[in-house]
Order: sequence, then C-alpha cells, then structure tokens
Amino acid sequence: MDKAALKERILGLVPEAEFQENKQFPMFVIPPDKMHALAVRLKEDTDLSFDYLFCLSGVDMLKYFEVVYHMESTTLQHQLVLKVRTADRENAAVDTVCDIWRTAELHEREVYDLLGVKFNSHPDLRRFFLEENWKGHPLRKDYVDEVNIVEL
Amino acid sequence: MGIKNIKEADFRDNETLELFKKSGGNIIISTLDAIIDWGRSNSLWPLTFATSCCAIEMMATGAPRHDFARFGIEVYRASPRQADVIVVAGTITNKMAPVLKRLYDQMADPKYVIAMGACAVSGGPFYYNSYHVIRGVDHVVPVDVYVPGCPPRPESLLYGVMQLQRKVKLETITSPRKTENLK
Repeated sequence: MDKAALKERILGLVPEAEFQENKQFPMFVIPPDKMHALAVRLKEDTDLSFDYLFCLSGVDMLKYFEVVYHMESTTLQHQLVLKVRTADRENAAVDTVCDIWRTAELHEREVYDLLGVKFNSHPDLRRFFLEENWKGHPLRKDYVDEVNIVEL
Repeated sequence: MGIKNIKEADFRDNETLELFKKSGGNIIISTLDAIIDWGRSNSLWPLTFATSCCAIEMMATGAPRHDFARFGIEVYRASPRQADVIVVAGTITNKMAPVLKRLYDQMADPKYVIAMGACAVSGGPFYYNSYHVIRGVDHVVPVDVYVPGCPPRPESLLYGVMQLQRKVKLETITSPRKTENLK
C-alpha cells in the first residue's frame, strides 16, 4: 500500500487521527483511547497486516510525553509511524500494545524505566536497565542529579 | 607516535619500577624469585571480559597480526578461576560494577588488572552528564597498569602488557603480593 492509500485507510479507521508530513514514513498522531483498537485492526486486517513493530520509543515533550510506534508489514513491505500523546506529565499512562506485538513488552518496560510513562494492563511493568531501587526517571528533561551530572 | 618509534632505552626507562628491586638478597631466595617471576610473567592468562568497543582492539591484539601470545599473555580463559589478569576493556556502568568485583574476587592470587581505554581509566567520554557510569575502574578494583586511548591501538595494549610483565618480574616470595596490601 502506498503512502496516499495508507493515509486514506488510517483516516477511515480513526477520523480523529492527525496526519503529519514526514519524508520517510507516513506519520499520524492518534488519540490515546483509540490506539489499542487501531493497533488490533492494523495487525489483523489483511490489506494492512502490520506484523512487525520494529521500534517503540518515548519522547519527553516537556508538557506531555509522546510514545512513538514504528511498524512494518513484512509481507506487504509498507511502514507506518504512530504517535500517542499523554494528557500530562504527572499521570502519564498509555494502553499497552504488548498483547498485539509481543516485542512491545520489553520496549514498554524501557520507556517506563527511563521516562516514567506507565502502560495500562502491561503484564510485567518493572524497571529494565536500572536497579529496582532507583529513584526517578533519568531521561526526563527535568531530571536532577547534582552528584553525577555537570551543568554546562 | 607509534610504539615502533620508541627507542629501546626509552622503552625500558621507567625510573621507578626497577628501583623497587633491591640488590643483595639471599642467593637461594633470589634465584627462586627469578624462576618464579620468569614463569609468572611469561604465562599471564587473561580473562574473557570486555564491555564495549575496546574489546575489538583487545581481540585484534590477540589475533594473528598482533598476536600477544608472542609475549606470553597467552590464552583467554572463560573462567575467572583460571585467569591471572583481567583486562577491563570498556565502560563500567553502575550495574556492571558488582559483576566486575565478583569476577575479580573469584580470581586466584596473584591477580592483576589492566585498565584499558579512557572509560576504564577515568570514565571516558561518558564522564559528563551521565547518571550511570563509574568514573574509572579503580573505584572498584585495584589497577596495575593504565592504558590510555579511545580505544587504545593493539600496540598500546601490548606495551601495557609488557609493563605489567616488568612489574611481575619485581615480585619476591619473601613478601608475596596480596590484594589486601594494595588497598
């Protein structure tokens, strides 16, 4: 499916989605409550069949967090980027997609570990790289570490 | 300046090292020392331990072009119980530090540590603005030889190994090397 057809198809599934111009992949901002249902359709529908979530990452946008999903169909050879924005910083939470793509389980743990975004109904939301007793989330822009970090 | 450009005299000159070796010891003990040190310094077995890009240079040093088996730092051991020297090749993070300490503790005396590369020497390029890096491996284990570079060329590591061998040759059985003495 080419870019224009994919855009039409996604907007048909989620009319609230916001298309963003991007050189490499078609990119959409999806409302958080619509994400899980859309992800199911993306994987199941035969003309989409996004069977490979090749990256899931988090971004600190100061007022909110963004979770970015990069996905690809290994059979139809097309890619797609979705973004989900949390409502605020304090209670940042997004629905998990690890029941759809198993690989998301570890990616979501990483995002939780470093940014503190919680994933609803994730089976095993623990810290991933850092120790269990670590305080705070070091990739947040407002993370303060007076001992180790040199302010330049 | 490569190691080829160093004159033999400069290569040997370290002002302090050989001063530790006092002359006029007991003839039996000093003969025994010479034999034991000869054996030890020429069969240093490194532990297969490396955490990042310095590992590639360390492997290159072991590979045929540079081949540090020529100098007796012979065969990589996968078990700390069979290793004499641990070459810390790469960044040590806070999470890796307990693992390194445990490996070091499991090695049998006499044991030696070479800190290879900027990360192991001082935290390296990750010193600034990072929340997870040990600033130099000497915070965790006592280091015998520091090899600077990012990463050091195989020649540098070879030079470091030969410096370690010089150090080993100064040991005496009347005051055996113990890790408690180093702290």
